[in-house]
Amino acid sequence: MGFPSPAADYSEQRIDLNELIRHPVATYFFEVDNDLMKEAHIPSGARLVVDRSLRPASGSIVVAVVNGEWVIRRLKVRGTERMLVAENPKVRPVPLNGEEADVWGVVTYIIINGREV
Amino acid sequence: MIALIDCNNFYVSCERVFDPSLQKRPVIVLSNNDGCAIARSEEAKALGIKMGTPAFMIGDLIRRHHIKVCSSNYALYDDMSRRVMQVINEFIPRTEVYSIDEIFGDLAELSFQLPSKLATEIREAVRRLTGIPVSVGIAATKTLAKMANRFAKKHCRDQGVFVADGPELVKMLGATPVGDVWGIGPRYARMLEQHDFKTAADLVKAPEEWVRREMSVVGQRLLNELRGIPCLPFQPAPAAKKNICTSRSFGKLITSKREIRQAVATFTSSCARKLREEGSVARKVHVFIQTNPHRRQDEQYFHSITLELEVASNSTGELLKYAMKALDLLYKPGYNYMKTGVMVLDLQPASEVQLGLFDQQDRAKETRVMETLDELNRCFGRDVVRFGTQEFNKKWKLKQEHLSRSFTTRLSQVATIGGKKCSTP
Repeated sequence: MGFPSPAADYSEQRIDLNELIRHPVATYFFEVDNDLMKEAHIPSGARLVVDRSLRPASGSIVVAVVNGEWVIRRLKVRGTERMLVAENPKVRPVPLNGEEADVWGVVTYIIINGREV
Repeated sequence: MIALIDCNNFYVSCERVFDPSLQKRPVIVLSNNDGCAIARSEEAKALGIKMGTPAFMIGDLIRRHHIKVCSSNYALYDDMSRRVMQVINEFIPRTEVYSIDEIFGDLAELSFQLPSKLATEIREAVRRLTGIPVSVGIAATKTLAKMANRFAKKHCRDQGVFVADGPELVKMLGATPVGDVWGIGPRYARMLEQHDFKTAADLVKAPEEWVRREMSVVGQRLLNELRGIPCLPFQPAPAAKKNICTSRSFGKLITSKREIRQAVATFTSSCARKLREEGSVARKVHVFIQTNPHRRQDEQYFHSITLELEVASNSTGELLKYAMKALDLLYKPGYNYMKTGVMVLDLQPASEVQLGLFDQQDRAKETRVMETLDELNRCFGRDVVRFGTQEFNKKWKLKQEHLSRSFTTRLSQVATIGGKKCSTP
């Protein structure tokens, strides 16, 4: 061994993207297979980081279950009315009632392959 | 006070978290090799499917009621279990994981909180963060907490919480048949009923000497537990394992030695991996093979052998050498084999290994090779890098025809939104 590294005392852990995940216990991953939320920067093929510990607010992008199926929607709250709205005018908004339509988790990050954009 | 928190129909609940179309539908989860029902949704229970019912006996019922059948997906259940336990740990620091879906919590230091309120908060947090419904029983001892949990499931489904205290405790004891008391097997239950001890309340009043005479010291302890005197110790950390066993029935009967070698090699490498995970080494390797005792038409063979290693080890290569030698001694051609298994025994911490005086092997190098192997398999999936003896074409492999994805442990298998497939990989 030649010279000791002058940087040895300053070495740090390399960046780990998991640091972005604030609640690992409540965080889950999904993959998107349609273009209904393209306008919300979620193209087909995107991966979603979803946190169940967060309370969805108006404007949150959420993973929801509507009639037993997964959907991604934006939550819009107006007064007491809570609606799941797609970023696509062809998809009808669905009122959130906790039964046939319920929020599963809040989307915290969207991962897109930079070479496929 | 002690809490017992238990996940409701845990395996079914895990499947439902990632396949929302299963809500309100009857669902069952099958044991290894898609054998028997080991978890049932409430809807499936209502159809009369009992615990342990073999799948082939209820084919008709499954078709008629569109029952969703799942192979057991232990990778998923294990991760969901850890999530549930972690959430609970944030509320109760001192806990004892009792099984994959049950955990005891010591509330002694949380006495400033109202137990029923704490229980409700835990229940809601677990539900919100993991999607898994749980029931909570709270009482003075483990045995009573277990009973309270059962009572909560039976009689307070909506709240999912039962605190057995004061008049509530009396009510619970009176409503619990002796056979349902934790620790009383069918034989003791029959004996107790013959002596007119029908419920837990009857048993609490039993004379101590009689219980000790008829049910030994175990009965005495049970009696104390039922009377609210804790006798079962709280064990926060799991006791160090004495041995590790991997065994499985084949998906079909197997005669060829080559296929059995594959199975033994795979089980050995799984044992070795578990040893390395917990930083232990094994002194002995035990291998067994057996035919199917239920097939009267077949000639039967069961044999096992234990070999001692020169130097205790957790290296796959080293353990394989001994396991293969054991199999050579065990195997006899001409039988229809159903099951084989590998056990590693006499475990000790890897840091305390005594080297052999004439040991020629480079143990440090071996350790590095194993670390690399584990790292590769962690990144790319179990057994992607493996020893040649394990081979590829696994005919003996588990039957898992209805397996859901590894939703939480493999990036390539996460749930898809918008696609047609929901649960099939």
